Amino acid sequence: MSHHRVAARNLAYVYPDGHPALDGVNFEIGHGESVAVIGGNGAGKSTLLLHLNGVLRPTRGEVRIGDFPITPQNLAEIRRTVGTIFQDADDQLFMPSVFEDVAFGLAHQGLAADELAARVMQALETVGAAHLRDRPPYRLSGGEKRAVAIAGVLAMQPAILVMDEPSSGLDPRARRRLIQLLAGFDHTKIIATHDLDLVIDLCPRVLILHAGRIVADGTPDALFADRALLERCNLEMPLSQSRR
Amino acid sequence: MHMADALLSPAVGTTMWVASAVTLACCSKRLRKDPRDSLVPLMGVLGAFVFAAQMINFTIPGTGSSGHIGGGILLSILLDGPAAFVVIASVLTVQALFFADGGLLALGANIFNLGVLPCFIAYPLIYRPLVKAGGATPSRSRLMFATVFATVIGLQLGALGVVFETHLSGISSLPLDTFLLLMQPIHLAIGLVEGAATAALVAFILQARPDLIDGIPAVTARSSVGFPTRIVALFAVLSLATGGVFSGFASAHPDGLEWSIEQVTGKPEVESETTPVHQWLAQLQERIAPMPDYAFPAQESGKPAEANWPAIDAGTSTAGVLGGLGTLVFVSALAWLLRRRRAPSGTA
Amino acid sequence: MSRIETLLGEIHALDASAGQSTWLSRRDPRALVLATLAFILTVVSFHRYTVAALLPLALFPVVLAHLGNIPLRRIGSKLKIALPFALMIGMFNPLSDPLPRVEVLGHAISGGWLSLASILVRTILTVAAALILIACLGMPRLCAALDRLGMPRILTNQLLFMHRYLLLLASEMQSMNLARELRSNKPMGLRIYASLLGQLLLRVLERAQRIHQAMLSRGFTGLMPVIGRPLAWQRQDTVFLAICLVTFVWMRSADLSALLGHALMKVLA
Repeated sequence: MSHHRVAARNLAYVYPDGHPALDGVNFEIGHGESVAVIGGNGAGKSTLLLHLNGVLRPTRGEVRIGDFPITPQNLAEIRRTVGTIFQDADDQLFMPSVFEDVAFGLAHQGLAADELAARVMQALETVGAAHLRDRPPYRLSGGEKRAVAIAGVLAMQPAILVMDEPSSGLDPRARRRLIQLLAGFDHTKIIATHDLDLVIDLCPRVLILHAGRIVADGTPDALFADRALLERCNLEMPLSQSRR
Repeated sequence: MHMADALLSPAVGTTMWVASAVTLACCSKRLRKDPRDSLVPLMGVLGAFVFAAQMINFTIPGTGSSGHIGGGILLSILLDGPAAFVVIASVLTVQALFFADGGLLALGANIFNLGVLPCFIAYPLIYRPLVKAGGATPSRSRLMFATVFATVIGLQLGALGVVFETHLSGISSLPLDTFLLLMQPIHLAIGLVEGAATAALVAFILQARPDLIDGIPAVTARSSVGFPTRIVALFAVLSLATGGVFSGFASAHPDGLEWSIEQVTGKPEVESETTPVHQWLAQLQERIAPMPDYAFPAQESGKPAEANWPAIDAGTSTAGVLGGLGTLVFVSALAWLLRRRRAPSGTA
Repeated sequence: MSRIETLLGEIHALDASAGQSTWLSRRDPRALVLATLAFILTVVSFHRYTVAALLPLALFPVVLAHLGNIPLRRIGSKLKIALPFALMIGMFNPLSDPLPRVEVLGHAISGGWLSLASILVRTILTVAAALILIACLGMPRLCAALDRLGMPRILTNQLLFMHRYLLLLASEMQSMNLARELRSNKPMGLRIYASLLGQLLLRVLERAQRIHQAMLSRGFTGLMPVIGRPLAWQRQDTVFLAICLVTFVWMRSADLSALLGHALMKVLA
């Protein structure tokens, strides 16, 4: 059993106010793959991501993590396996200090205090934020917040990493550091992003989401060369390619 | 209208703390069973919102003065009584610690006046019945009127609380009637302003997210069943009534104990037994005397000075003043010497 | 708006002062909380006409501020704000209590003036104690102390959560208000106020939902976990608390100022 696989079958979701967000999404992502989900605003990227750890329940269809459908009974297990990093780091860093925030997920797993501390520091060291352990979150820069948010998810040792706009709001240096960090991860990665240049650096496979459906599934080279497709989906060629 | 420590006596302060603590314990038990697991972050950010919102003012046309929302009723409308109360308590705590808005002993009284009274009396007994009377879909004006009215009543009750707590403590010698005459009208005006602000905000939210406002079916479904609202409300009303009656009693009868003793034994004071323990206890009691007497000489002409105040003579008074000055000098000198601080050291 | 600026500065200053490494910062925070509460109770337990006997108690905030490396000037500037409020109520005392109580150098001083002075001294003492408490501990350690002292967890969690988002929300509010100010030369009326606060409230509610989703994503099931080192009460804490309590009782039962005064008079005579 490989719990690093993610699959969506005819996934559909309608918001409580009647607004349809996803309309029959199908994909299969294998062990260790690094996949980008791109699309214009309102295409449904964030909504899709929230289905991958059971925060949103589909109106129709299903999501399977490692061949298991998401049910209320296995939510805890799913959320240990799928680590989600949200767009706004301030939504994720809600504890009084960096250390406590990174420890939040682990604290639900009933670990002994020293093991917990060890895992927390290890995660912080991986993202280069060990020196921030006692800082309150409101005194962190944008890049530091993003790093700590990632550490908070890494500490839980998930098999799958889901990220919503990880590079948004970062200055060029922080962004470069983030890309280097993510490049070193073995996890299955699903990244929703506007940053097409990051996609080229990190993701050999791209899914384009438009009006709640996957309209394209291929390599960055193939998809980014198709100008008509990009325009239809409210996208543009990445900077690095448009110069050619 | 935050109470200050300086105007409280230990007895009143701790009584109010007990009242608030009991309410807090009830709410905490109730909230633990609340099915909404989104409450923790919701209460947290709403507390921050109310705190920050109290720092923004709008101008009242024509008067040149300004007003802002209080939060008690708004929070109750959004969260229901128990959760709203915990949020208010947290806002008041941070105000006391960051802004010195009300003292730590007075915090119990402030949580009572600005938390228990709006959330468990004004909101359930004024807002909810008014809104329920409007049927399944109450009109916008009904909701706004209920909001204003509940805010006004909540603030009137809160002001009453301040008056009684201050009067019972006996540190301020402001006569009860003057105090009431000052506080109630002022807080009527403040209540109207605050009510208007809250109602305007409620109207705005009603437009954008009607599902959030209590009174609309989706939200009314949340139940206060199980929470002893009536008991808490009764308790709060009784406390106020007791305070009112008690202080009326106290101002008419300078030394309650002496008066009662007089009535009972026909003598102004019970002759104390002469065992050494009794004498020692009597001396100790005279010195500690946590409950100051309530007699204010201005109110009963001709009455002799209170029995508990130590004998006044010129020598003692001068010594007291001299000693006081000496102490002041000593403490100030110490403070000045100690202020040669080390530079702020690194983080712990 | 200046109050928001004060808040922002306050939060930063608090972090700085609470984050220092001093003997006091290594004490169990419960000792400091209990000592401060005992102090406040002692101060307010004096008879309403007491002034001089209260003064020796000023040693507590002075010594504590030194131990915690808190500049008294900071406390002083906050006091300037707290005093007027106490004055507002206390100033009626001389009017309603004009009977002379004390004679100093031939002048009779009425009870009202005495109680007013007492109110002022009480205000300074109690407010200083509270400010120094928070300046030494900071919000997280204060909440840890309150939690271990029996405060319901729901309130301590609430305090921490609120404190965490205070800066963020205050900044958002400040930005929105600034944007409004730059486009209008009129003071804000009720309609715009309601709209401004309303927009912010909606954003706050959306943020609450996102935070909740982030919490769920990391395994939250309704109960906040307890994280952090447990507090360890040491002998030094007992000694500290005991010294404080004994001193308070002593200063409460023996009028040290009067004693000093008598001694001075003997010396001068």
